[in-house]
Amino acid sequence: MKKLQQNIAFWIIRIMSFSIIAVLLWIIFFIVAKGIPAISWDFLTKMPEEGMTEGGIFPAIVGTLCLCLGSMIFAFPIGIMSGIYINEYAGNARIIRFVRMMTNNLGAIPSIVFGLFGMSLFVNTMGFGDSIIAGSLTLGILVLPVVIRTTEEALKQIDDSYRIGSLALGASKLQTISKVVLPMAMPNIITGLILSIGRVSGETAPILFTVAAYFLPQLPDSIFDQVMALPYHLYVLSTSGTDLEASRTMAFGTALVLVLMVLILNLSANALRRYFSRKTKTN
Amino acid sequence: MKSGIVKFRQSFVEGMIKISGSLSSIIILLIVAFLFGEGLGLFGKSVVEEGYVVIVSKDNPIKAISSNDLKNVFDHNITNWTQLSEKGEKSLNTDIVVAYNIDQAFEVENTKDMIAFVPREYAAEIDNMRILDCGNISLEDFFLGKEWFPTAQPAPQFGVLPIILGTLWVSFAAIIIALPFALAAAVYLAELSDKKTYAMLKPAVELLSGIPSVVYGFFGLIVIVPIVQKTFGLDVGETALSGAVVLAIMALPTIITIAEDAMRSTPRMMREASLALGASKWQTIYKVVIPHSASGITAAVVLGIGRAIGETMAVLMVTGNAAVMPHTLLEPIRTIPASIAAELGEAPTGGAHYQALFILACILFLITLCINLIVDRISSKSKIKSR
Amino acid sequence: MNIIETKDLDFYYGDFHALKGINMDIEKQTVTAFIGPSGCGKSTYLRLFNRMNDLIPGTRMTGNILIEGEDIYAKGVEVDRLRKKVGMVFQKPNPFGKTIFDNVAYGLRVNGIKDKKYIADKVESSLKAAALWEEVKDKLKKSAFELSGGQQQRLCIARALAIEPEILLMDEPASALDPISTAKIEELIFELKDRYTIVIVTHNMQQAARVSDKTAFFYLGELIEYDDTGKIFTNPMKVETQNYITGRFG
Repeated sequence: MKKLQQNIAFWIIRIMSFSIIAVLLWIIFFIVAKGIPAISWDFLTKMPEEGMTEGGIFPAIVGTLCLCLGSMIFAFPIGIMSGIYINEYAGNARIIRFVRMMTNNLGAIPSIVFGLFGMSLFVNTMGFGDSIIAGSLTLGILVLPVVIRTTEEALKQIDDSYRIGSLALGASKLQTISKVVLPMAMPNIITGLILSIGRVSGETAPILFTVAAYFLPQLPDSIFDQVMALPYHLYVLSTSGTDLEASRTMAFGTALVLVLMVLILNLSANALRRYFSRKTKTN
Repeated sequence: MKSGIVKFRQSFVEGMIKISGSLSSIIILLIVAFLFGEGLGLFGKSVVEEGYVVIVSKDNPIKAISSNDLKNVFDHNITNWTQLSEKGEKSLNTDIVVAYNIDQAFEVENTKDMIAFVPREYAAEIDNMRILDCGNISLEDFFLGKEWFPTAQPAPQFGVLPIILGTLWVSFAAIIIALPFALAAAVYLAELSDKKTYAMLKPAVELLSGIPSVVYGFFGLIVIVPIVQKTFGLDVGETALSGAVVLAIMALPTIITIAEDAMRSTPRMMREASLALGASKWQTIYKVVIPHSASGITAAVVLGIGRAIGETMAVLMVTGNAAVMPHTLLEPIRTIPASIAAELGEAPTGGAHYQALFILACILFLITLCINLIVDRISSKSKIKSR
Repeated sequence: MNIIETKDLDFYYGDFHALKGINMDIEKQTVTAFIGPSGCGKSTYLRLFNRMNDLIPGTRMTGNILIEGEDIYAKGVEVDRLRKKVGMVFQKPNPFGKTIFDNVAYGLRVNGIKDKKYIADKVESSLKAAALWEEVKDKLKKSAFELSGGQQQRLCIARALAIEPEILLMDEPASALDPISTAKIEELIFELKDRYTIVIVTHNMQQAARVSDKTAFFYLGELIEYDDTGKIFTNPMKVETQNYITGRFG
């Protein structure tokens, strides 16, 4: 009786768990199956044409790459430094708790709120207008908590004996961190950073009012230009294009490119994690 | 051996590190300052659009009119002056003559019964008229108002109640859908899986959290919406239910990850004690592991709700965006983030509509802050680290 | 000549009085062993010589420690420079995740030395001094993690020697090693004492008897007895020392 009950319960749990995989596969296969016919060299390298029902999505790809790069330039150094501060410098437990709580709070703020904040501060107050720099800074702030937490976690895993060993050789604290602790933590930090790039490349709400252009068939000249971006382009194509039915194929193609980007970043982060963990195990 | 320059460079870098440690806090303060700074001007603003006034005859005894009544008059829902007066108050008992603009106001002969919406500078040019006091936008109008018509003339309606309720409605529905699946997956990952199946399910869950929300929205729009429409025989498939289903899929990773961590933190001693007493594995799970990780699971659920409440693009694309009070899951609803995303582009900077959207963002910010503090409280109590 | 002098030293972890009224001088170019049961304060005392306890929050110290006549806890003392003078080897080998060469060169580089030739020479002489050169000379560019535990510990000693310390502190340097590796380390200590002043904390009484010239016995934060090693192990003055050495407690 007990055994039967357990068997039933476990089977229900198994089925429900694997239905999650089924949903994931459904989403991915759906997008891949419908998106592949749209993908071609022209699609990836040409400007959109005919009210975005033909041509390609080149400017959106370039725009998204610009935004990823821009936000990383801003968020990585600051986020890593902030993580170092929490794990290495802030000695007081109260301060650590406070800073950590603030970082968590920042990480929980919905992306649309970042969009509004970015518009208000960067676009209007600082006068950047809708531009790559405004969008990059907004996205940078959005991923900052992710970078901070990744760094902090990675540093935490480094055994104290390495710090003490270095200090005992007359190295200063900063030398110890930059030459011993940080290099050892780097693999984990990099894995986290790759995942945060994935996050940035897919965000739509923060760029709605800070950079994204509805239709702009040219490449940006400077960081003060507007650009198209893949996620926003997908939104436009699927809800507010000039001819929704005609641009369906384009939308599937865009979705596929977007999903592939995230998929590749995810898989490479996973592979990297496995590679590094195997490397440290054999040592 | 160390030169002064090296020393200086060291203290400079260390200074930078210390400053960057306070950055999260500074950004949060800035966010608060900018959101509230942009939004709070709304309260105290005139109900009537800036630069315009509503005028009535000097012979009309009416003293003031509420924002909602004003809208109803101009929508012809209120047609007689008596409907605007309380019992015992003096009023005209004639039909209301509405003039929507200055041209109409000049054409009306019977100005005694007229109410007109005109630019402030022309108010004095029509004989025998006075400006009617319409009051300012109040907290009550904003938070308890049931109508959201931000572009209505002469009195835009900023009642956010349907939007707030819509947000909560769809978010809670999503969590109720997601919870059984998430719990099952958490139990599976923490207790039942072997190396192989763990290596299948765990990356799948991580990938699920990596898919951009706009892709979920797109998938929802093309797949879920038609299914909902057909299954329930609806005119439109963009409903709260479609949104809840999409949000449920999106909330899964958050809930699963945290609930799994919570279950794993159950001490082995407790598990073994239960098994040693003859309990089956399943009994151990639901009598020992789940109760022990209850607070962690609660934290997971609360955080999942937080994610759902803040989600923008997917919801915007599949819920239909009608700002009406929600009654069932099969009607379109509208959420706070979707309202902001859909309308901010068209709202003139600094105007009442723009400010109202910023106040909505403030509300959203406060809700997520509260949720996070609750989670912090729960998880610090149970020593489970939330992500 | 005394290289380390300690005067009326008291040390606290929060409310815990870890070291009580220590007065002790250590001679140049000798090996001094600190023995005593766990928690007696011997490691704490050792770590005061290069101010490693500075890293632990909530500690407090009164009294003075003088190295070569200079108060190392005086204001204005550069801790980095002190630690260069007072090298340390830890209980568990803790090489960095770098190559063998870079591990030994690390201390030189962080102390501002850039001359490549000098660094290469120093790495070689340090590895030789640590009796590791023959085993690693062909794989200097390999990761230090590829060495065995005993080799790693000798690498850590080489790393400490490279910065030319005058004093070498060893905190149970062989406790994590197998007997053969332990013997090699002890042999090394014996050779090093011609050039360095060595202070070693050990749990292992035979080890103390084998390698040290002088032995100090600590118990409950107090220095009970400090004398020539031969005397301590054959004819201790205090009954606590005798009890410990004969294994009655600890």
